[in-house]
Amino acid sequence: MYAFNYQKAKSVADAAAALAKNPDAKALAGGQSLIAAMKLRLAAPAAVVDLGGVAELRGIKSDGKNLVVGAMTRHSEVVFSDDVRKAIPALAHLAGEIGDRMVRNMGTLGGSIAHNDPAADYPAAVLGLGATVETNKRKIAADDFFKGLYETALEPGELITSVSFPVPKRAGYVKFKQPASRFALVGVFVADTGSGVRVAVTGAGPCVFRVPEMEKALASKFAPESVANIRIPDKGLNSDIHASAEYRAHLVTVMAKRAVQAALG
Amino acid sequence: MPVKVSMTVNGKPVAAEVEERTLLVTFIRENLRLTGTHVGCDTAQCGACTIHMNGNAVKACNMLAMQAEGADILTIEGVAAADGTLHPMQEAFREHHALQCGFCTPGMVMSAIDLVKRHPKPTEAVVRAELDGNFCRCTGYHNIVKAILDAAPKVAAMR
Amino acid sequence: MGSLNFIGASVKRKEDYRFLTGGGQYTDDVAPERATYAVFVRSPHAHARIRKVDTAKAAKAAGVLAVYTGEDVAKAGINGLPCGWLITDVNGQPMKEPPYPVLAQGKARYVGDRVAVVIAETYNQAKDAAEQVEVDYEVLPAVTDTASARKKGAPAVHDIAPDNTCYVWALGDKAKVDEAFKAAAHVTKLEFVNNRLIPNAIEPRSAIGAYSRADDSYTLYVASQNPHVERLLMTAFVLGLPEHKVRVVAPDVGGGFGSKIYLYGEDVVVTWASKQLNRPVKWTAERVESFMSDAHGRDHVTTAELALDKDGKFLAMRVHTTANLGAYLSTFASCIPTILYATLLAGQYTTPQIYCEVTAVFTNTAPVDAYRGAGRPEATYVVERLVETAARETKIDPAEIRRRNFIRSFPYQTPVALLYDTGNYEATLDAAMKLGDVAGFAKRKEEAAKRGRLRGLGYSCYIEACGIAPSNVAGALGARAGLFEAGEVRVHPTGKVTVFTGSHSHGQGHETTFAQVVASRLGIPVEDVDIVHGDTSKILFGMGTYGSRSLAVGGTAIVKAVDKVIAKGKKIAAHLMEAAEADVEFADGVFKVSGTDKQVPFAQIALTAYVPHNYPLDKLEPGLNENAFYDPTNFTFPAGSYVCEVEVDPDTGKTTIESFVAVDDFGKVINPMIVAGQVHGGLTQGIGQALLEGCRYDPETGQLVTGTMSDYCLPRAGDVPSFKLDTRETPCTHNPLGVKGCGEAGAIGAPAALMNAITDAVGVRDVPMPATAETVWRALASKKAA
Ligand SMILES: Cc1cc2nc3c(=O)[nH]c(=O)nc-3n(C[C@H](O)[C@H](O)[C@H](O)COP(=O)(O)OP(=O)(O)OC[C@H]3O[C@@H](n4cnc5c(N)ncnc54)[C@H](O)[C@@H]3O)c2cc1C
Ligand code: FES
Ligand code: FES
Repeated sequence: MYAFNYQKAKSVADAAAALAKNPDAKALAGGQSLIAAMKLRLAAPAAVVDLGGVAELRGIKSDGKNLVVGAMTRHSEVVFSDDVRKAIPALAHLAGEIGDRMVRNMGTLGGSIAHNDPAADYPAAVLGLGATVETNKRKIAADDFFKGLYETALEPGELITSVSFPVPKRAGYVKFKQPASRFALVGVFVADTGSGVRVAVTGAGPCVFRVPEMEKALASKFAPESVANIRIPDKGLNSDIHASAEYRAHLVTVMAKRAVQAALG
Repeated sequence: MPVKVSMTVNGKPVAAEVEERTLLVTFIRENLRLTGTHVGCDTAQCGACTIHMNGNAVKACNMLAMQAEGADILTIEGVAAADGTLHPMQEAFREHHALQCGFCTPGMVMSAIDLVKRHPKPTEAVVRAELDGNFCRCTGYHNIVKAILDAAPKVAAMR
Repeated sequence: MGSLNFIGASVKRKEDYRFLTGGGQYTDDVAPERATYAVFVRSPHAHARIRKVDTAKAAKAAGVLAVYTGEDVAKAGINGLPCGWLITDVNGQPMKEPPYPVLAQGKARYVGDRVAVVIAETYNQAKDAAEQVEVDYEVLPAVTDTASARKKGAPAVHDIAPDNTCYVWALGDKAKVDEAFKAAAHVTKLEFVNNRLIPNAIEPRSAIGAYSRADDSYTLYVASQNPHVERLLMTAFVLGLPEHKVRVVAPDVGGGFGSKIYLYGEDVVVTWASKQLNRPVKWTAERVESFMSDAHGRDHVTTAELALDKDGKFLAMRVHTTANLGAYLSTFASCIPTILYATLLAGQYTTPQIYCEVTAVFTNTAPVDAYRGAGRPEATYVVERLVETAARETKIDPAEIRRRNFIRSFPYQTPVALLYDTGNYEATLDAAMKLGDVAGFAKRKEEAAKRGRLRGLGYSCYIEACGIAPSNVAGALGARAGLFEAGEVRVHPTGKVTVFTGSHSHGQGHETTFAQVVASRLGIPVEDVDIVHGDTSKILFGMGTYGSRSLAVGGTAIVKAVDKVIAKGKKIAAHLMEAAEADVEFADGVFKVSGTDKQVPFAQIALTAYVPHNYPLDKLEPGLNENAFYDPTNFTFPAGSYVCEVEVDPDTGKTTIESFVAVDDFGKVINPMIVAGQVHGGLTQGIGQALLEGCRYDPETGQLVTGTMSDYCLPRAGDVPSFKLDTRETPCTHNPLGVKGCGEAGAIGAPAALMNAITDAVGVRDVPMPATAETVWRALASKKAA
């Protein structure tokens, strides 16, 4: 790790001010991605602004229609939250599939979607549920948030404060794990929102994406067989030592089928 | 620039001046000389560095010492009773031969205690899934799983 | 007192308390005063000429004490690392032995090759400064792939081996084998890769060199499986230091699996540098360094054929293997794909003729050496994949075909040089089939099919040669070292015992097993015996722990020393009881005069030896301390039968292991609990090889693609099942304990069982290892297409 300056923020405003002052500063949430990258000297922020002490960024609220999760809420809090389990069990399940227990005890929702790892799990839920990302400056619809490989709509210094998930009629998430890292080789989140069906895929491409053809098929009949023969094109999908694009494309279909099954319970 | 960090470790308040980039595990091993917490990787995967922070298992290699400022830290050295009597999880590891070289063991035990706290009555499948974050290259996990299943009710009874 | 026999008892381990409470002392836990920290600058290129190493900037960086390069160590007269085994090729020529410098000279030959070292006051300072060492590389084309190393036009890794060939070596009678093939009713042929593995002991390698000006001596703390060998090689061959001035300590070691046998450049550099700086120098590998620079394992490309007669009797076997040695010859690299491989190709069978030819190649990859099993897993894979495939092709039940070919009378001389002393292969196969309920398999397969799963069953009947080795035999085969073991038994005046052993424990539980052996023989409690290992200043000598040799060879040395203690005790007892020595018996911790009720307990004899008031001082020295060296007369031959059942999800290709049965014959078992643990661990590494692990270098750039735990897949708890184990016992005939060794069996036998099960489930001849989900999915697709 290279040397840097450390600052502990007391509030969102405090953190925003510190980040605004130094363009080479980075927010530190759970550190499960950032510290890991800094240790390998792949990231070298000049300063680190620790959000760990900002109470207003934590917590889970549910009003039956929306489930609002604070940016600094740890993955494990989502896993074990009664509110989440009641409102969107698929989200609790997804959080439980992230990394391992120790990672889940540190890693946060805000950090995960800000980082936007192409194989991360949360982006699939955020996009699949059509959630709204709230920042210290604005509200961003999920469809506008994830921009590309490790890229989001966040502006420099902009901080995610929470994510608001509309409660769906039913939803399911199934993940095929890359065996070594346990990130998603392919993960598919399917949500029947009442006003339509959304299918979001993570791991397969450079960034989480939706599959309109599957959404259409599921809207007319929400059943596994509706997607069984929908095969997305390999083109543009990730291909690496862990899986070819062809295999990932195949897995999207299989995982989508299983996610629908999971949503049906 | 050195910064001051302070926390409670195994019930004792500790403080030191450290470089900002000091990892919690480095602080524990080098500054406090509590070398039971091990480092087995640089990508936060092996779990050899697992400790408890405010009652939750975390990987001490993947966080800054400063992130633990003011926290209550428990390391393997603080798990057994003051008179040296092993914690039921440690005892179960010994009983079932759940360790060989011992290098993964402290992290494994810390993780296992956290595991049974979260899942007081785990099945074998749950134990295996929940050990995702801890590698052992020696035991093939067979006896670790046995030990955790055996210890779970005993640990639950402690509370 | 009959209860003081601990042979066969699952005594809880003596070492556990310290490990469970954080009290273990591994090398990185050692913190010498005034320590400095070393960070190695490693080549980012697979093959590159080093035009210049500019250390000026780094040398001026904060906290830096020294920067050394290949030139510096050459100037200091430090030699390259030696190879401990000379292989003579088919033309009678010695193998090509290119220099293996501790810091690269002129050229870097693999990604991770040590180019320079930076030593600073703190680790962070050394790490920061290492980035300031400017190396001017001229990048050269690289070859990493085993199969293409000898292709025309492949870049030469070493000038002395322009075709990248270290040796071509052969064993067996080629003409007779070829003849047998001509007469065969059926020939089964397979081509496969035995995938390259990265050992990944969870404790990274670590070394601390400390020089003392006071007496011109050195201490090296190092995570090593064999401190004496490390010292011998380092002092005599590399640094030219007086051996008695160097102490090597291998304290608690966090797993080795072979990777900590070897003398590595880092160990040499920290030792040498500690004198230059007159301060201790500490280095601990980061995991990325372990991936790059620990010696890797396996990496064979093989064509294998089995000839059978019309009844399924094996007539002959013909094997051609290309083995990757990596960029340099590591300590035992040359003997692994030869002596420890081809000699095992008879397996458990009476195959009368076997020919094996091995071409060993240099490539721009990390050195390859012994990794758990070392040669024997590769051999078992050849034999057991061939046998199972032959059974399927000839429609003979795979268990039956094995039975038709089992060796049944012992001793048995194989056509590949080994003399099996004992065994009962039928017994382990029967037991394994029962434990695995092979009879019920068809039903389970049917039931799985209803759930849309493909179920398969595979066998593996392995044999291994352990307890290496009769030194003279090894010597005749090219070993440049002896392979005996040493032990010392020190009886204290109170009758408590400290045992010093040249074997090294890094997970094997010697502190317990060896104590059981000694306690049982002396008839005293296990608590009264302590085992000391891993320190050249305490232990008389040692060849170390590898090849499942510790109990068979190291344990026997201790037994011999114990027997000397008892023999001396009898003399003392005879004197005390005023009896003839010949009339004194020793049993259950008591010396007795036979046919009388006269007796003296062991502790009293010990006290008498140290307080020799009433003592035959004219005939006998006081004290009770004996040592012994033991050189085995043969290898030991653990063997067993594994049965594995898998299910494949045809939608994804993912394999799950539903059942894994292992029935082993390790001869006498001293501590069943520890033995089972060894088997579990070995099986899991074998399963790792078959399902998950595969080292990959980029064929274009030579970069290590599987360089972290996120890309190289180590088995986790969820990847393996609970195992079903049993043992059968045919005691080894040539050591007093009757033991054979158990440390590697699982890793040797498991891959073939698993791959036989997967190919059975999928219904194809072969699936490459590791059988990842995509690999299996593709095999299913190609079968559908066919
Ligand atoms: C061993 C291991 C396994 C893992 N496995 C998985 C997995 O299977 N699936 C998965 O999805 N993830 C996985 N992760 C990643 C993990 O979920 C991380 O926790 C997550 O990606 C980042 O969250 P964090 O809170 O740790 O963020 P940090 O690492 O602290 O920050 C990540 C990035 O987000 C920025 N950031 C953080 N918070 C905010 C905010 N509020 N506003 C704006 N920017 C912010 C930071 O500046 C930084 O750039 C794994 C990590 C590890 C170490
Ligand atoms: S050292 Fe922390 S996870 Fe490996
Ligand atoms: S006991 Fe050695 S790594 Fe687990």
